[in-house]
Amino acid sequence: MLVFLLRRVMQSGVALLVMSVLVFVGVYAIGNPIDILVNPEADSAEIERATAALGLDRPLWTQYLIFLQKAFSGDFGNSFVHGSSATQLILHRMPATLELAFAALVIAIVLGIPLGLWAGLRPESASGRTIMGLSILGFSLPTFWVGLMLIMVFSVQLGWLPSNGRGSTVDLFGLPVSILTWDGLKHILMPALNLALFKISLVIRLTRAGTQEAMLQDYVRFARAKGLKASRIVGVHVLKNILIPIVTVLGLELGSLIAFAVVTESIFAWPGMGKLLIESISLLDRPVVVAYLLIVVAMFVVINLIVDILYSLLDPRIRLNAAAD
Amino acid sequence: MTEPLPVLDVSHLSTHFATAKGVVRAVDDVSLRVQSGQILGLVGESGSGKSMTGFSILGLVDPPGKVVAGNVLFKGQNLLTMDPERLRQLRGDRIAMIFQDPMMTLNPVLRIETQMVETLQAHQSISRSLARTRAIEALADVGIPSPAERLSAYPHQFSGGMRQRVAIAIALLNRPDLVIADEPTTALDVTIQGQILALVQRLCRERQTSLIWITHDLSVIAGLADQVAVMYAGRIVESGPVQSVLAAPLHPYTEGLLGAIPALHERGEPLRAIPGATPSLASLPTGCAFADRCPRAFAQCSVPLGETEIAGDAGPRRTRCWLHSPVPAPMPTIQR
Amino acid sequence: MRKLLDAYSPHFADRLALFALLVLVVAALAAPLISPQNPYDLAQLNIADGRLPPGTHAGSDTATGPQHYWLGSDDQGRDMFSAILYGLRISLTVGLSSTLLALAFGLSLGLLAGYFGGWIDTAVMRIADIQLSFPAILIALVLLAVLGQGVGKIITALFAVQWAYYARTARSAALVERNKDYIAAARLLGLSTWRILFRHLLPNCLPPLIVVSALQVASAISLEATLSFLGIGLPITEPSLGLLISTGFQYLMVGDYWISFFPGIALVLLIVSINLVADRLRDVLNPRLQKQ
Repeated sequence: MLVFLLRRVMQSGVALLVMSVLVFVGVYAIGNPIDILVNPEADSAEIERATAALGLDRPLWTQYLIFLQKAFSGDFGNSFVHGSSATQLILHRMPATLELAFAALVIAIVLGIPLGLWAGLRPESASGRTIMGLSILGFSLPTFWVGLMLIMVFSVQLGWLPSNGRGSTVDLFGLPVSILTWDGLKHILMPALNLALFKISLVIRLTRAGTQEAMLQDYVRFARAKGLKASRIVGVHVLKNILIPIVTVLGLELGSLIAFAVVTESIFAWPGMGKLLIESISLLDRPVVVAYLLIVVAMFVVINLIVDILYSLLDPRIRLNAAAD
Repeated sequence: MTEPLPVLDVSHLSTHFATAKGVVRAVDDVSLRVQSGQILGLVGESGSGKSMTGFSILGLVDPPGKVVAGNVLFKGQNLLTMDPERLRQLRGDRIAMIFQDPMMTLNPVLRIETQMVETLQAHQSISRSLARTRAIEALADVGIPSPAERLSAYPHQFSGGMRQRVAIAIALLNRPDLVIADEPTTALDVTIQGQILALVQRLCRERQTSLIWITHDLSVIAGLADQVAVMYAGRIVESGPVQSVLAAPLHPYTEGLLGAIPALHERGEPLRAIPGATPSLASLPTGCAFADRCPRAFAQCSVPLGETEIAGDAGPRRTRCWLHSPVPAPMPTIQR
Repeated sequence: MRKLLDAYSPHFADRLALFALLVLVVAALAAPLISPQNPYDLAQLNIADGRLPPGTHAGSDTATGPQHYWLGSDDQGRDMFSAILYGLRISLTVGLSSTLLALAFGLSLGLLAGYFGGWIDTAVMRIADIQLSFPAILIALVLLAVLGQGVGKIITALFAVQWAYYARTARSAALVERNKDYIAAARLLGLSTWRILFRHLLPNCLPPLIVVSALQVASAISLEATLSFLGIGLPITEPSLGLLISTGFQYLMVGDYWISFFPGIALVLLIVSINLVADRLRDVLNPRLQKQ
């Protein structure tokens, strides 16, 4: 178990380093870092001070180490636009993004698993085929286009749901949350659904395939021979078997939800860090861009690591094998 | 002489599979009878339809398979026409089944306790603690050491033989009237096979439980069963009291099977294997399916035939062979 | 022709997808010939015809004379139908060229890795694994944030996103083929490594890659549209479908749906039809794969 853990932590560390090199090379080595890291309106004295402060006269690998050192302490410089620390800006926006991502995750599970079970139990039926057809659409339709269509129908034409912002929020443990107010719920529904769309399709497919496979297993037949009710066979025997891989995949997808939130947040003007990123890119606010990229990549790596460890804890078979090592 | 009502009376049971290559007659016009407390051995090669017969009796045939004809009377009630909810209540309560591969039959992600308690609670309202007590007793009955502790284990923490014991304990939990055991020893080591066989035999005899023991091994049946039925290509070719059948088989196929058992021969003498291979169930001949391989086949064998009853010393015997048919005319196969 | 169609698929939906894809590709190729106006020739535009709803007949005072705006016009008085045809061209060009570049690069690396094994294999696959553990959009965001806007830049980004898929697929195909007799025979004949790689190994590894790359064209087009919609993909001078949808977004909010809606429909048709055709391609190519 410990060996496995160590190996995973090392892999994550390597991934982080590779991404940091990529960002470093991109931002610092291509083009003049001064243009990128210092306000374009700075005078020459300021530029000189910055060059010295950043150590740009030193060799490239020293520069990288300095960059890395600062990154570790969360120092990515100040935003040109907002004036405050880029890291602080990102962290300030993070709760909104996380709320949106988790809401999408919940929607994906709540809609995807029952639909997938249904389609898996009746693969040949009209309803089963319809569900699969919709999931193929969910896979291939561009997320942003579906978002636009949602706004067109539910905000513009029907006027049922608001198309932008978080609505009224309530503080929970000091962080603003939308889902606890009716107004906030109305605001989060469309963006969360939009963000969840791809994952719903994914969950439907995983659940359907898992169900079909499980239903052919001897343990299901044995459960039927024991005289269990169909609801118990599906709800306990089948579901428990397929849930572990589904939860694992979904956990891994949490990172990609955060990444894809960039699109959804821009469409629905959701004040998360993804929207901040797009704004910062178009305003050339590089410190914020760098901070976002490295923070998200770090989150990504950590999430993957946690999910991997959780997976090994969840499955009794793997748990035992690991203990035997 | 009036016989008592049999526990299980299967007549003309047919289960077909609609496949791309045509209709596969996995079970074809099968009739069986099991008396209370008796053990029936159902013998056949793999693919002869013996397992599917067991599944058909319990209503566990999955699509594209379908029971297309026949009656399955359990204590006089027809299981095939029964309301699904009533059938569910009987399954696992009055009729239980043990499966071939113990590695696959227990759900890998549920504790043994869960899988046992749910079997009890599906058929009676019983408190969890009482169900646990019953489960521990059942595990002890099948020879699981320290059953109370093992109850909270997962299936993978048991060996194959121990898992099969657990499966047997689950099958016998509700004290069923009939157990269908589908080759429960095939997947196990030889030494374990004997133990499991003895265990099931002992428990069924003690409790007056009827048993259908499905196997490909005719030699196992000799010491175990009261009655034997031999299946070939989806049909029962011969059935009757076990001593009579083994001593003087009526059907050439049974004869061939007996000839292939090593124990009945002198050392050094070659085994008499049956020439040829089992025919495809999708394209069976209209007459006897064994005719191609039968040393005593004659022209009449290509004509469809039914079963013939013949009186024997230990009770009536039945066979499906023109050699023993008193009526040399074609009989219509029974279809519904 | 009939036989070819039957071999492709007997299903109506699959045939419809193939037909739709052909129509879209031909329309994109022939855009300058069939579109009512050149949407980027300012002389042909009339700002007075801005944001006309679909079906409007107007524009009697432009250089090209009066015309029907079947799909409406945008805020510049641009005919949406023409804009969509030109947009299709750009989207297809970007999607195809990035895919082909990535295919060539990933395929070569994958073949080398699979054929030679050893440290080349380890290095290539490690990098591919790390890259594939991040979502495509994140990789593209990193690159575009660094590189800035432009056709070349978005092609670079889409290239970088895709190559790892091909490298991985080509490697596993090469691993399978490497141990087969015909490769051993080629080696015994003393053929050069390059000849073995590209004349013998490559053709036999190609079928799975064709399917993957067909699917990848669709996702590349989708990703480009997404990035352009966000304003960090193509510049205004290269109005792909995503950019058209983006410019129409603000008007969609006030009810003028068509500026965003129709390019969106074209985009969706393109992506869905490519996906369906690629799916069929996989089934058609599969039995041949098994026979080999």
